[in-house]
Amino acid sequence: MDATPPSRLFALRGSDQRAELMLGALVFGVLAVVAAMLVFVFQEAWPSFSHNGLHWFGSGGSVDRQIEAIFTSGDLKRRPVYTFHAWPLLWSTLLITGLAVLIAFVSSLFVAVFIVEFAPDWMRAVLEPVVRLLASVPSVIYGLLGVLVVVPFIGNHLISEHSKASVAYIVSLSGYSLLAAVVILTVMIAPIMIAVFVNGLRAVPRSWLEGSLALGINEWRTFWKIGVRTARPVLVAGTVLGVARALGEAIMLAMVSGSVGFAPNPGDGLIFFVEPSRPLAATILQNAEELASPPMRHTLFAIAAVLLFSAAMLSFTGWVVKQPMKRYGVRA
Amino acid sequence: MSAPATAPAPRSPEPTVRRDHASAAWRLRDRIGLGFAWLLGLLFCAITSAIVIYLLVQGIKYVRPELFVTHPAAGFSERETGGFLDPLVGTFLVGLMAMGIALPLGLAIGVWLSEFGRPFPLARMAESTIEMIAGTPSIVLALFGTLIFQSPALGFLSRSVGGLVFGRSFFAAATVLSFVALPLVVASVREGLQAIPGHVREASYAVGKTKATTTRRILLPAARPSVITGALLGFGRVIGDTAIIVILLGATLRFDGVGSTPVLSTLRGTGGTLTTYIFQNAPTGEGNQPAKAYAAAFVLLMLVLVLNVGADVVGRKGKALRWS
Repeated sequence: MDATPPSRLFALRGSDQRAELMLGALVFGVLAVVAAMLVFVFQEAWPSFSHNGLHWFGSGGSVDRQIEAIFTSGDLKRRPVYTFHAWPLLWSTLLITGLAVLIAFVSSLFVAVFIVEFAPDWMRAVLEPVVRLLASVPSVIYGLLGVLVVVPFIGNHLISEHSKASVAYIVSLSGYSLLAAVVILTVMIAPIMIAVFVNGLRAVPRSWLEGSLALGINEWRTFWKIGVRTARPVLVAGTVLGVARALGEAIMLAMVSGSVGFAPNPGDGLIFFVEPSRPLAATILQNAEELASPPMRHTLFAIAAVLLFSAAMLSFTGWVVKQPMKRYGVRA
Repeated sequence: MSAPATAPAPRSPEPTVRRDHASAAWRLRDRIGLGFAWLLGLLFCAITSAIVIYLLVQGIKYVRPELFVTHPAAGFSERETGGFLDPLVGTFLVGLMAMGIALPLGLAIGVWLSEFGRPFPLARMAESTIEMIAGTPSIVLALFGTLIFQSPALGFLSRSVGGLVFGRSFFAAATVLSFVALPLVVASVREGLQAIPGHVREASYAVGKTKATTTRRILLPAARPSVITGALLGFGRVIGDTAIIVILLGATLRFDGVGSTPVLSTLRGTGGTLTTYIFQNAPTGEGNQPAKAYAAAFVLLMLVLVLNVGADVVGRKGKALRWS
């Protein structure tokens, strides 16, 4: 990689320069497309943000009714309406992503430690390909399982008629819920995190672990204190991947989350977990038919801009955290 | 170490073989931790096998050979709604088109990043940009795609009525989907190229080959398994995407061509893939034919499984190649 090509033959160097220029131009083209995406998305989003200011992120009124008003005002004869308070959608996204990532992180860490260090060989030989397969199962399949298995189970067995009746005048509890979304999302992102964690834990220098074992410290403590601690950057990188996947998940969450612009209220007690909601990405998907109405388009692009900004911040975090890991020659 | 709660296991004088954990001698906390790891590991196995077995059972129950050759139709019962020929063809069509863009582009970027990478800031930026694309939600990419393909200049790629461009076609969907596959392809290509030691390049330069020739004749053939792995994984990612298909392909049941040229009309028109077919036939969708959805999900899962196994086999072959 570091070798320099012969530079005496100028005729040959010409072809190299051409190749370098062509490839470089392609790379530059892709960069330009991504830059254009950032510019266009934020430009299209601007009217929605500028009309609402910081209230865009606040709460107030029914978000579904606001969306309807925005859409119908797209008619040329009317003044466009932009009032939009996205808090229920944001809250739903934060809740679903946060809970799912939290559960997935803890269990993925234990499963990864198990796979790398403690599982019998035959089990490891089975588990590793399975993890990779699960990580690449399309989200719509998870969504289908959620709708046909998890949601009816929650609706029929976990919600009593009494609790359904107690909130019937605000929101209907049918099984499409925070709980279903979190469960399915956890199952969906855990394999992604496990795959990254396993790679990172395996790259921990063997001699470090053996040094600790030689001091008489047992395997569990050795692996926990040295292996996991060394692999911390990889843990963050894997978590970032999981969060990115969870934030952008539209299809599966549109199917199981209930698709109501409702902010689940932790004050409701246990009912909180079975209340429906709708995260940001699913909102874009469900209103994508209405892009032709200009105020609606600006509003949807504003949601997309929020997602894009979070994704950019996440990948920046991942990049920063990954730097120390390069020392060990690990790329996660 | 403090005395364990239970009777300490006798320590053998020889160094024990690894994985032969004498965990009875550990502290309680460590044993609980180990037990928890076992529990979660087994739970993971249980959930995984439950998902796979459930889908297998449902798939075998509902998959019929005629589903693969019948066009889908709108209807209210299992009898009326036909099969999923169009979505199946659409899946391959959109996947191949997207990879047709993503593979050359990914190869070029991977080669440039690994072999040239100058000026340095541009390489850094390219790296982070590719990672950002990988983290960008596909629904955001889809919205960006509507901006591009609804512009009048690109009206010839989709249906347009009186100057209003719909921006929904196989061209639009495949172009945007290629961005979904791009990070995977680039990562595999780079990994393959970086696994080739420097002396191989030096040997090629020493016999007077240029960098371009070396790359084309020596490095890329040697990295072929990684390239194929990346292509397969990218293909799997593309056919698993739903949001972009819904927004940029229209997610119609049948192909709805534009114009009269046989192939081009389909590519300019709307259509659907297996993912959107499942989405629409789930109880939350417009079709609501769960049996059909299960059958399609089974087929899609098998496709992804085949792609994964293929990538594994090719990848293992690549690792067998050793440079001494």
